[in-house]
Amino acid sequence: MFKKFASLQWKSFFRSPNFGKSLAVKILMGFFAVYMLIVLAAMGVASYFILKDIFPDQSPMWSISQYMIYWILIELFFRYFMQKLPVMDIKPFLTTPVKKSTIAHYILGRSAASIYNLLSLFFFVPFCIVLLFQGYSFLNVSLWLVSIIAIVLGINYINLLINKSDKALIALGTIIAVLYGLDYFGLFSVKDFFAPIFHALYAYPITVLVPIALAVLIYYLNYKYLHNKIYLDASLKPKNVQVNTSDLAWTKKLGDMGTFLQLDLKMIWRNKRTKSQVWISLLFVFYGLIFYTQDIYAEMMPMKAFLGVFMTGIFLSNFGQFIPAWDSSYYSMMMSQNIPLRKYLESKALLISVSVVFMFLLTIPYVYFGWEALAINFGCALYNLGVNIPVILFFGSFNKKRIELDQSPFGNMQGTSANQFLIMLPVLIVPILIFTLFYYLISVEAAVIVLSVMGIAGLAMRNFLLDKVTQQYRKKKYGMIAGFKQKNS
Amino acid sequence: MIITQNLTKKYGKQTVLNIEHLEIPTGQSFGLVGNNGAGKTTFFSLLLDLIQPTSGHIDNNGVQVNTSEEWKPFTSSFIDETFLIGYLTPEEYFYFIGDLRGQNKADVDALLAKFDDFFHGEILGQKKYLRDLSKGNQKKAGIVASFIGNPEVVILDEPFANLDPTTQIRLKGIIKDLAAKENVTVLVSSHDLIHVTEVCERIVVLNKGEMVKDIKTSTETLKELETFFAG
Repeated sequence: MFKKFASLQWKSFFRSPNFGKSLAVKILMGFFAVYMLIVLAAMGVASYFILKDIFPDQSPMWSISQYMIYWILIELFFRYFMQKLPVMDIKPFLTTPVKKSTIAHYILGRSAASIYNLLSLFFFVPFCIVLLFQGYSFLNVSLWLVSIIAIVLGINYINLLINKSDKALIALGTIIAVLYGLDYFGLFSVKDFFAPIFHALYAYPITVLVPIALAVLIYYLNYKYLHNKIYLDASLKPKNVQVNTSDLAWTKKLGDMGTFLQLDLKMIWRNKRTKSQVWISLLFVFYGLIFYTQDIYAEMMPMKAFLGVFMTGIFLSNFGQFIPAWDSSYYSMMMSQNIPLRKYLESKALLISVSVVFMFLLTIPYVYFGWEALAINFGCALYNLGVNIPVILFFGSFNKKRIELDQSPFGNMQGTSANQFLIMLPVLIVPILIFTLFYYLISVEAAVIVLSVMGIAGLAMRNFLLDKVTQQYRKKKYGMIAGFKQKNS
Repeated sequence: MIITQNLTKKYGKQTVLNIEHLEIPTGQSFGLVGNNGAGKTTFFSLLLDLIQPTSGHIDNNGVQVNTSEEWKPFTSSFIDETFLIGYLTPEEYFYFIGDLRGQNKADVDALLAKFDDFFHGEILGQKKYLRDLSKGNQKKAGIVASFIGNPEVVILDEPFANLDPTTQIRLKGIIKDLAAKENVTVLVSSHDLIHVTEVCERIVVLNKGEMVKDIKTSTETLKELETFFAG
């Protein structure tokens, strides 16, 4: 039976809509995946030496044990978003003579082979190999690795259990923040508290039984839960979300555009993929911290231009690149309705403009790292407003891939085509090149002024540009309708 | 008045629709029947300018649909569930369509009140998004939405499919009422011969893209159609 299931799984993977992507996207994604794995493996190798370097007076094993608790919590936190229990696929089996226990074991067993579990191994296996070369005992290291695998599986199954509630996520986030806070302000050393516990997994090989027992226990709980839930009306049925209607009356003040703006806001708020897009965009405000805090980048002005364009334009590119595919599931209705296409586009432009201004306001605190940061972000925000918005709307007319709104955005390549990569060129690279050119030729001030002036010029020509974009959408209409109709593309 | 001239639609070498001449006078209730792949939905999609004709054109009240958009204000349609916006509640959807067709909330509410019977208490005030409604209820919402804004041409593709018997009977009444209005042209396609013969003054049979019958409905029509389709 398991073999049959596995072969179905295999088919569903190779025949999945995402797999049929254009070759260019596949190759790019392939490169990206390989790159990620190599980076992880390299980190695994390097960690030993880095830890030794940072904490010369303690064993790297001890250091890594200190951070283990954070790794577990953070991994749980991220998995909440990324990994879902794939129960929907078993619907066709309910009426076939397959035992429920087999189905439950299969679902759970399958999730053990999830890519997220492999990711951690790509880090820990190289780390262990380095340990062996450094003369750590073979028995201890190999059993430690077994413990780690058990912990990873434990994380995997805990996630499946808690995945149904948002409360668990909030609780997790709070715990991480509190623990880190305690550590950071020196109130209580969480690291030192947990270090001996996790270090024991290495020091006393027999303790390997503890994580294994825990993993088995959690697996069993999952199994129990799932076994009772394999009914059409229990877990298999997608949740009917209680609606929260707000009439957004203020949008009416914007006239015709208000109708569409209201629709867009509802779309963003009521669909998983768009909603997470907003959260991700907000999180990217902190992206700057990675670079501003490091001395190497302090003098690297083009890097700051990248940050400026990227941070103020994150929603612009995340959301904008898929316009109008967001509306793909009802695009033929839109096109047969009495819709002023121009107003439709204007409302999207307004929404993105607001996001750019908002993101700029959020990045103001970076002025702490020097006035250039603020000035560059300002210039980039203007450029995003004036130039990038019409550009991204224009490229939107090449979108022909359907998007199902209620699927999770993580690892979801729906709607992605080579177009999405090409779009990055004008949106991200061009402003950085312009900035770099004027920065090296004249000065930072000049470069910022050039970007700002281009942005203002774009704003002044907004009407003209949107007219052109509207014409383009008219021309591409039939292709878009046909493309959006194809559910599996 | 909807005039179709030399209309063809080809995909590659395959002709899916070929109508030399078809005139649908204003106010007529027009039925389109045919087996799967006969070209019914293709014809409606062409009429709504959702696909491009390979040759020929359709004029809707004097507006050539693939060159001008002036037909949109007086034409409304429900083709399938893709005409619905899944993340809106039925009410929100009706108001949205109302907005597009220049109707305020009160106008829409007044119209909806007339369909209380038809909705059977399953559409309004349910606190559910359209995507969470059953197929039949989605259809009800879509059909009623196509009546918003006093359209002069109403296009319904397979309106009877997926509906329960009570709703089918009510829908027949609604379509008859609508067709009785002098200036409203109703175009309906269906697989159900009994329903079409009951609501339509005229029935056109499509077969593999060609018009094979053009019948003015009478008491013999059902028999004639059944004989035709029994093949």
